[in-house]
Amino acid sequence: MADTSLPEVPVKDPSRLQLALQSDFFYQFKRSPVAVVSFVVVSILILSAIFAPLIAPHDPFDPSSLNLMNGFSAPMTPNAFTGETFWLGTDDQGRDVFSTILYGMRISLFVGAAAVAFAMVLGITLGLLAGYVGGWTETIIMRVADVQLTFPAILVAMLIFGIAKGVTPVEYRDQMAIWVLIIAIGLSDWVQFARVVRGATLVEKNKEYVQAARLIGRTSPAIMLRHILPNVLSPVLVIATISLALAIIAEATLSFLGVGAPPTQPSLGTLIRIGQGFLFSGEWWILLFPAVTLLTLALGVNLLGDWLRDALNPRLR
Amino acid sequence: MLAYVIQRVAQSALVLLVVGLVAFSMFRFVGDPIDNMLGQERTQADIDRLRVVLGLDQPFVVQYYKFLESAVQGNFGVSYRQGRPVSEILMERAPATLELAAVSGFLAISLGIALGVFTAIRRNGFAANAIMSVSLIGVSLPTFLIGILLIYLFSVELGWLPSFGRGETVKIGGWSTGFLTESGLKALILPSITLGLYQMTLIMRLVRSEMLEVLRQDYIRFARARGLKERAVNFHHALKNTLVPVITVTGLQLGSIIAFAIITETVFQWPGVGLLFINAIQFVDIPVMAAYLMLISVMFVGINLIVDLLYFAIDPRLRADRTGGH
Amino acid sequence: MTKPILSIRDLTVEIPTRHGILRPVDGVSYDITAGEILGVVGESGAGKSMAGNAVIGLLSPPAHISKGEIHVNGRRVDQLQGDAMRKLRGKEIGMVFQDPLTSLNPLLRIGDQLTETMLAHLDISRAEADKRAVAALEEVGIPGAAERVGSYPHEFSGGMRQRVVIALALCAEPSLIIADEPTTALDVSVQAQIIALLKRLCRDRGTAVMLITHDMGVIAEAADRVAVMYAGKLAELGPVRDVLTAPLHPYTDGLMGSTPLASRGKARLHQIPGAMPRLDALPPGCAFSPRCPKVQAVCRQDPGPHIEDGAGRAACFFPLSREEVA
Repeated sequence: MADTSLPEVPVKDPSRLQLALQSDFFYQFKRSPVAVVSFVVVSILILSAIFAPLIAPHDPFDPSSLNLMNGFSAPMTPNAFTGETFWLGTDDQGRDVFSTILYGMRISLFVGAAAVAFAMVLGITLGLLAGYVGGWTETIIMRVADVQLTFPAILVAMLIFGIAKGVTPVEYRDQMAIWVLIIAIGLSDWVQFARVVRGATLVEKNKEYVQAARLIGRTSPAIMLRHILPNVLSPVLVIATISLALAIIAEATLSFLGVGAPPTQPSLGTLIRIGQGFLFSGEWWILLFPAVTLLTLALGVNLLGDWLRDALNPRLR
Repeated sequence: MLAYVIQRVAQSALVLLVVGLVAFSMFRFVGDPIDNMLGQERTQADIDRLRVVLGLDQPFVVQYYKFLESAVQGNFGVSYRQGRPVSEILMERAPATLELAAVSGFLAISLGIALGVFTAIRRNGFAANAIMSVSLIGVSLPTFLIGILLIYLFSVELGWLPSFGRGETVKIGGWSTGFLTESGLKALILPSITLGLYQMTLIMRLVRSEMLEVLRQDYIRFARARGLKERAVNFHHALKNTLVPVITVTGLQLGSIIAFAIITETVFQWPGVGLLFINAIQFVDIPVMAAYLMLISVMFVGINLIVDLLYFAIDPRLRADRTGGH
Repeated sequence: MTKPILSIRDLTVEIPTRHGILRPVDGVSYDITAGEILGVVGESGAGKSMAGNAVIGLLSPPAHISKGEIHVNGRRVDQLQGDAMRKLRGKEIGMVFQDPLTSLNPLLRIGDQLTETMLAHLDISRAEADKRAVAALEEVGIPGAAERVGSYPHEFSGGMRQRVVIALALCAEPSLIIADEPTTALDVSVQAQIIALLKRLCRDRGTAVMLITHDMGVIAEAADRVAVMYAGKLAELGPVRDVLTAPLHPYTDGLMGSTPLASRGKARLHQIPGAMPRLDALPPGCAFSPRCPKVQAVCRQDPGPHIEDGAGRAACFFPLSREEVA
């Protein structure tokens, strides 16, 4: 019998990358210079923070590599005693400012990201519970959220930090400071996530597909995670991005106030606090470069979040 | 309306009770008050005696009630660090913070509304666009950096204004004011700009977006179609409608001015309650922290209440609902 | 013949977009004389409201008048700018919008909205304006006008609010009223009252009315002449009786066929196949050609001549003859 079947045409499924490159989302991204520039800048900052140990010319936390004689070297000028040159100068203890910024950014970003992740998990869980279970659970969760919203996040974070400091034994305080920071900032920021997730859950749970899932015997946690959660991911992503900028600023603020990252593990905020002390004596670089880095980071993430909000959901204002 | 007011007051009281519980729990469980008050050389008899004096042997609810009772009377115990009654320290510090907050609040509201209206009316103008771009940077700029920047510019480089403290103050009754001396006024300038700038930016952006929304409404088109002057349309018809939603947020902003004062006071070493609070956190001075928390809660709850009641003054639709309309 | 109050000649409105220039109003000409009500009908998007907005100078940018002339009381107004145009609005041209619920500023008393409009245009005292405000409300049939001047818009029902809107549009005694779908948002039972009111007031004062609607019932009830618009162009213009019972343009015929009218007896309603083309996808030639039952090759190339038949005119190569329809 003659072969009547058509010659096999190799059908290649487009890869995920190709799909992503063709999407509206990517198209909009390419068309917005602000989004592209802030994405590139933020990426560079994040990568250099991650790879700080490889990039940094000095290890600012290794006392053996420090030379007090190198103290107060101005940027790009050879030190008067040792002749060494530092790109962005050194601080009073001879620590290379460029290196401390890289390591400081590492801490700032880690605290910010971990705090947002914590807030996100907490907020999504409580929001799903409040929306899906309703009743007393909902009343209690949303009441707590309302009360907390009455107070500025930074104040809540400070208070939590203060309480945590009180219950931590003195000898562990510095070690625990970073984790306390993460929890304090995270706890001060979950409300936004919970509100959005609860609102969306209330809408979704009455839709037919959720009813159908329930009829075929899916358990409540499965319905919440598999069916409802995917529907709220884009507003959650937007809030997470904007929260990241806020968390970075909150961490810097707390550390600047001396109730955050300790001098042994300086974040950008701690570096600015240290630098402020040299404002009047003329060593401007100790303050300026960490400040500019912080501003660039916060502004970049903010702009990215702003753009995401417009791109993902024009209705969210 | 009366029912509404009663409901709101009850809600506020509930919030205060919850905050009180938090403050009380701090007292009771964060660190051991006896440890904090007695030195290293203490006997079991001292400890037991103090337990009775402080009422720590009584049930939790009784202790909480006693805490609230003395808190209402303004008694928050003795500062661990300074060894003086907390209420006395707070009274001493309050004028500095309140004067700072008042000036920055005024700056933020007046400039915020004016610039918001301007940028909404001249939506596509060059100046309006420039203001909007700068404000985006303003939102990303942490308050403490603004303060440092201003100090660097006006104190270090130009030497025009003091970089820390309140300058000379004059005592009127129990209130020490910086409004009456030249150095006091000069000292106020930088901190109040620092504190007000962020709030101003937020208010401005909010007023702008609300105003743009209102300008799209039918009644604005109708007002134009009746040939009213552009000024009357913008300021009489549009601005009034804009203010309704703006008031809520502005009220909350005023609350956060008190909270953000902590940052500004630290940057400028301004001797107010915010600086006191930060020092209390650093030294785990629980009574001061608890008192500050209670004080600021009363303020916040009060502001929220006033904001809710202000609605009635502006929006006749709400006033009508109280009587059921007619 | 009396001189027309409103005279539109070859009016064209353009909106530049990314996909090219749209013409929501394209070469429209008609007159309205004193005391006459001209009904302007058409489907949504046919350009009827856009023409009204062009006359009162309230096109929202980027829409603009690109060609043609508008004369009001013999004065050319389409080139007036800023304050000159503002003085015309309300004073010579009044406008009534579709939705009375959104046309009134919710935060201002209706008395204030009335006096404000009068004071902007008439040289009268505040007290006189207050007196006239009451009179204006009485005239539009609001019971207890003297007390109701102090009321806010939300205290009125929809129909009453539209009466207030009409009072506002007429209070500075304009010679032309543009009523843009004045009854669409109202209950059916109230519609007739509002139309009767509008008709009576305009007859009494000799006001010319441009009554924009898609409701043939309203046209039959109120209009003296009818202008039928289709895709930005004037399809047909004529006395109401002729247009309703013996239309010239096939589109008008289709429109009448799909409207239940008592005068047509029990004839079956029929519908026009297809939908009005979008403005960015107009066919060459006559815009109605794709849906027209009488279409010929020439219709697809040429927009068609203006034919006149007695008091009416239409843009069509193959108009229905009076006999054919009757």
